[in-house]
Amino acid sequence: MTLAPSLPTKVVPRTLALRAARRKAVLNWVAVHSLAIAAALFFLLPFVFVFLTSVMTDRQALTSDLWPHHWQWSNYTKVWNTDGFLTWWRNTLLYAALGTALTIASSLPVAYALARFRFRGRNLALMAVVSMMMLPPQVTVIPMYLFWAKQLHLSGTLWPLIIPMAFGDAFSIFLLRQFLLTIPKEYVEAARIDGCGELRTLLRVILPMARPAIAAVALFQFFSCWNDYFGPQIYASENPGAWTLSYGLESFKGAHHTNWNLTMAATLLVLAPVMILFFLAQRAFVEGVTLTGVKG
Amino acid sequence: MAHVSSTLPPALRRKRRREAARTAAFLSPWLIGFGFFFLYPLLSTVYFSFMNYDGFAAPTFVGLRNWDFVFTKYPSFWQGMGNTLWLVAVMVTLRVAFGLGVGLLVTKVKTGSGFFRTAFYLPYLAPPVAATMAFAFLLNPGTGPVNHLLGEIGLPQPGWFTDPSWSKPALTMLAMWGIGDLMVIFMAALLDVPREQYEAAELDGTSAPQRFRFVTLPNIAPIVVFAVVTGVIQAMQYYTQAIVAGKVASGVIGGSGQQFEPGYPHGSTWTLPQMVYNLGFQRFDTGSACVVAIILFAISMAFTSLLMRRRAGFLNSED
Repeated sequence: MTLAPSLPTKVVPRTLALRAARRKAVLNWVAVHSLAIAAALFFLLPFVFVFLTSVMTDRQALTSDLWPHHWQWSNYTKVWNTDGFLTWWRNTLLYAALGTALTIASSLPVAYALARFRFRGRNLALMAVVSMMMLPPQVTVIPMYLFWAKQLHLSGTLWPLIIPMAFGDAFSIFLLRQFLLTIPKEYVEAARIDGCGELRTLLRVILPMARPAIAAVALFQFFSCWNDYFGPQIYASENPGAWTLSYGLESFKGAHHTNWNLTMAATLLVLAPVMILFFLAQRAFVEGVTLTGVKG
Repeated sequence: MAHVSSTLPPALRRKRRREAARTAAFLSPWLIGFGFFFLYPLLSTVYFSFMNYDGFAAPTFVGLRNWDFVFTKYPSFWQGMGNTLWLVAVMVTLRVAFGLGVGLLVTKVKTGSGFFRTAFYLPYLAPPVAATMAFAFLLNPGTGPVNHLLGEIGLPQPGWFTDPSWSKPALTMLAMWGIGDLMVIFMAALLDVPREQYEAAELDGTSAPQRFRFVTLPNIAPIVVFAVVTGVIQAMQYYTQAIVAGKVASGVIGGSGQQFEPGYPHGSTWTLPQMVYNLGFQRFDTGSACVVAIILFAISMAFTSLLMRRRAGFLNSED
């Protein structure tokens, strides 16, 4: 573009063409960004409205006003101090943290074997992983409930949800395997020449390299425990002392029937940790989503 | 294989055996998990589908009576099946189309792309119960902000979760709000389309829609198939949002032992997974619940097998 002044004879036609192209580019920019802003409103306004309502007074929350007259921050402390809220919080954290740790410890060696070892039935094993990943939890819930509740008398606790995670999670295995396939074989071979066994190779060579994938799996697993509603409904519903936030939140709406302000404050308190975790580990998370959808 | 290895020298045979033991050791958590949390409950579900069992007295064999009950004497089965298929057809189509649209938009955004990507992605992270509660509030017909805004610009104000003809569209809207995962997948796929193909198409004087049709679409086709198939499987499992929306909108107090009209309003949000819960854990009809579970399994696995086709590229291997 800076060439134009040095070529005086061609200035006129070229600037005209340039101007048309530039106008087209500007129009295109405006169109794309208007659309993006409209989409951003659709995605973000719900958060804004929920937040605004969460700081309204009880009386204003019953009206259709959108903007709080008086910012009542005490709604949050009121929710926090509601009976059970802290217990649900603790239960959810226990479920999510233990579940995540167990899942990674049990899924990583399986994923490594599926990605690196050659053995008969490997494709069959992979198909089994995918089948289990796609299986609706309702399909197996009745025999599992009977087992945990009638044989082990563990209903009313979260253990029936946590213990199975020590035996590998299909989605995590699949995601980790996808990632491990992208690590060049040469690293493993070099470790072998240095005299490492498979377990040492996995722990010393692969584990550090797979850190982003492990972070992604950890986040997914943490969120799926945090968000789980069906599991706690089946196993914990009979004992309010074992409820999680997702399960308790719904009953919170019942306990505070007309108080949309308190209900929305509670909703934001359940949402907040997920959002904070996401902002802290954004890249790992987005990489994980990509990894599950795109062939490795 | 056995006879091949018997002709191998002993040292190599020993090595093979050691390798097999090592593989089994690495796989052992999963082997136990698969057997105990997949095969065993699956076989039990089939077993219970032929039994009359209330969860307390000993089960008794009743042949195909549960199957007959579910298909012919349980009218809400077909209603639930209809709703599930509605959700599969409408929700999946709109989610994939919208996810692709937003993914396309995000690749074109030049200013503030980081902000837009995050904004479009965030709702996907909202816990389903929290998201559903938020939408029940936003779409609440009396005082909700959405109807407030619709009234302001003179549009009709639907009853959303309280109106049987609007409850499924409201759930669909909630599902479209959480499009973030699809957006990321489509975005990655779109950025992978070779630049040269666009340049070549441009030299041929094609229009933008033509380039989308003849360059973009063929390149991202496998991802579209992936999104549709996983979407169908997710829609078959659709549970939390439907049940929470029904409970909140009907004003029933949630929690232990509380019954509410399933699929409120008028069974319009009643789906197959809820049927398993309702039959098994509220009506204590284990046998019929297992029949529905098997139907759910059969449909889900039929779609899962589509993913496992070699062409889908989902089960790529290293060699």
